[in-house]
Amino acid sequence: MDKKISMPLSEEEALSLRAGDYVYITGTIYTARDAAHKRMDETLARGEELPFDIKGSCIYYMGPSPAREGRPIGSAGPTTASRMDKYAPKLLDLGLRAMIGKGKRSQAVRDAIVRNKAVYFAAVGGAGAILSQRIKKSEVIAYDDLGTEAIRKLYVEDFPVIVVSDTEGNSLY
Amino acid sequence: MREFDVSLITSNIKEMCIQANHFLSDDMKEVFVKAVDSEESDLGKKVLNQLSENLEIAGSEMIPICQDTGMAVVFIKVGQEVHFTGGNLEDAINEGVRQGYVEGYLRKSVVDDPIIRNNTKDNTPAIVHYSIVEGDKVEITVAPKGFGSENMSRVFMLKPADGIEGVKEAILTAVKDAGPNACPPMVVGVGIGGDFEKSAIMAKQALTRHLEDKPQIDWVRDLEDEMLEKINSLGIGPGGLGGKNTALAVNVNTYPTHIAGLPVAINICCHVNRHVTRSL
Repeated sequence: MDKKISMPLSEEEALSLRAGDYVYITGTIYTARDAAHKRMDETLARGEELPFDIKGSCIYYMGPSPAREGRPIGSAGPTTASRMDKYAPKLLDLGLRAMIGKGKRSQAVRDAIVRNKAVYFAAVGGAGAILSQRIKKSEVIAYDDLGTEAIRKLYVEDFPVIVVSDTEGNSLY
Repeated sequence: MREFDVSLITSNIKEMCIQANHFLSDDMKEVFVKAVDSEESDLGKKVLNQLSENLEIAGSEMIPICQDTGMAVVFIKVGQEVHFTGGNLEDAINEGVRQGYVEGYLRKSVVDDPIIRNNTKDNTPAIVHYSIVEGDKVEITVAPKGFGSENMSRVFMLKPADGIEGVKEAILTAVKDAGPNACPPMVVGVGIGGDFEKSAIMAKQALTRHLEDKPQIDWVRDLEDEMLEKINSLGIGPGGLGGKNTALAVNVNTYPTHIAGLPVAINICCHVNRHVTRSL
């Protein structure tokens, strides 16, 4: 079923989503992949604040190609989510509401998704050009030195994803 | 002896990196269209339609097909009558990659050390495979390789007694394990025989083969057909969301091997199977 949702995602809206739903997202999401997750984990270990408010937020596992002049971002498709499995349960327990990536998640992540009423979405891997056009704004907000792996705040419109893991523990793969 | 200035290598590799990341070869496009037509699953069809549109946008707007513009793999066949001038050949190759990735708005995905992991910021160095051949030409293939699918690739050191059935099982195991991670519909490159590293290089090279070029050996051709059919009945489907198009092609290369061994390498590539070849 096709649905439209806004980000940040309310718990109520998260509960309404089911594995297999085709969803268009509008709103603010954050990018982070391998190196940014490692740094966020180190930040938490030191007892410091994360670079953005994790409560109710959505992380997109993505590292873009550089933007051409006049465009917010370059090619911008999802990366494999399982590489972030080591870090995701802790972030979910801190209030992360949604993740966008591709591929299977570990049992620990799936358990944390159900425990925290969160959602895991897949975007279509290798569709970086079309997904780029649904990103209207992009701003690096942390870890600029990581280049493509920096944390970016994105504003997306009708960004197409599919619900893979829902709040009840159903999984599409 | 033909004098060959390496600056020509640099300028061509630069262009080929940019071309490969924005345009797929015609044979890849053709199998893609077939997949769109034949897909029966609703979600699968949606994914394939999105990918078709993605290819059009990539070419018309010059946005890379995929944000993972890969590590640059370069196969270079050098005619033995060629004498390179104007600098070191490998430096010229890396300079071409650097210019292509920096000036072509391609992502820099290479780190200088596998553990310390500082980004080299220009996507160098490339992975270069040389061969010396007859003649006075230089043939270059640039194949930018993304790591979502590279990470799902495997080498199996089978025993001779495992035979063709063992080979088939190895291929299916790699594809099943890859599942949605490798961005299906995938292209499966297989190297059978040789030794440990020869099988892996053959598997990579198989990905760059034109899809209409079929192997000369009967059992290899049959294996390609059978594996494509078996993989497409696994149900993984486009994006791993179910459907009949899990692989677009299976390309198998072979080589003589040792009496004690049967190496099988499976190099998985996503649907963005990028490769450009030029003869200079």
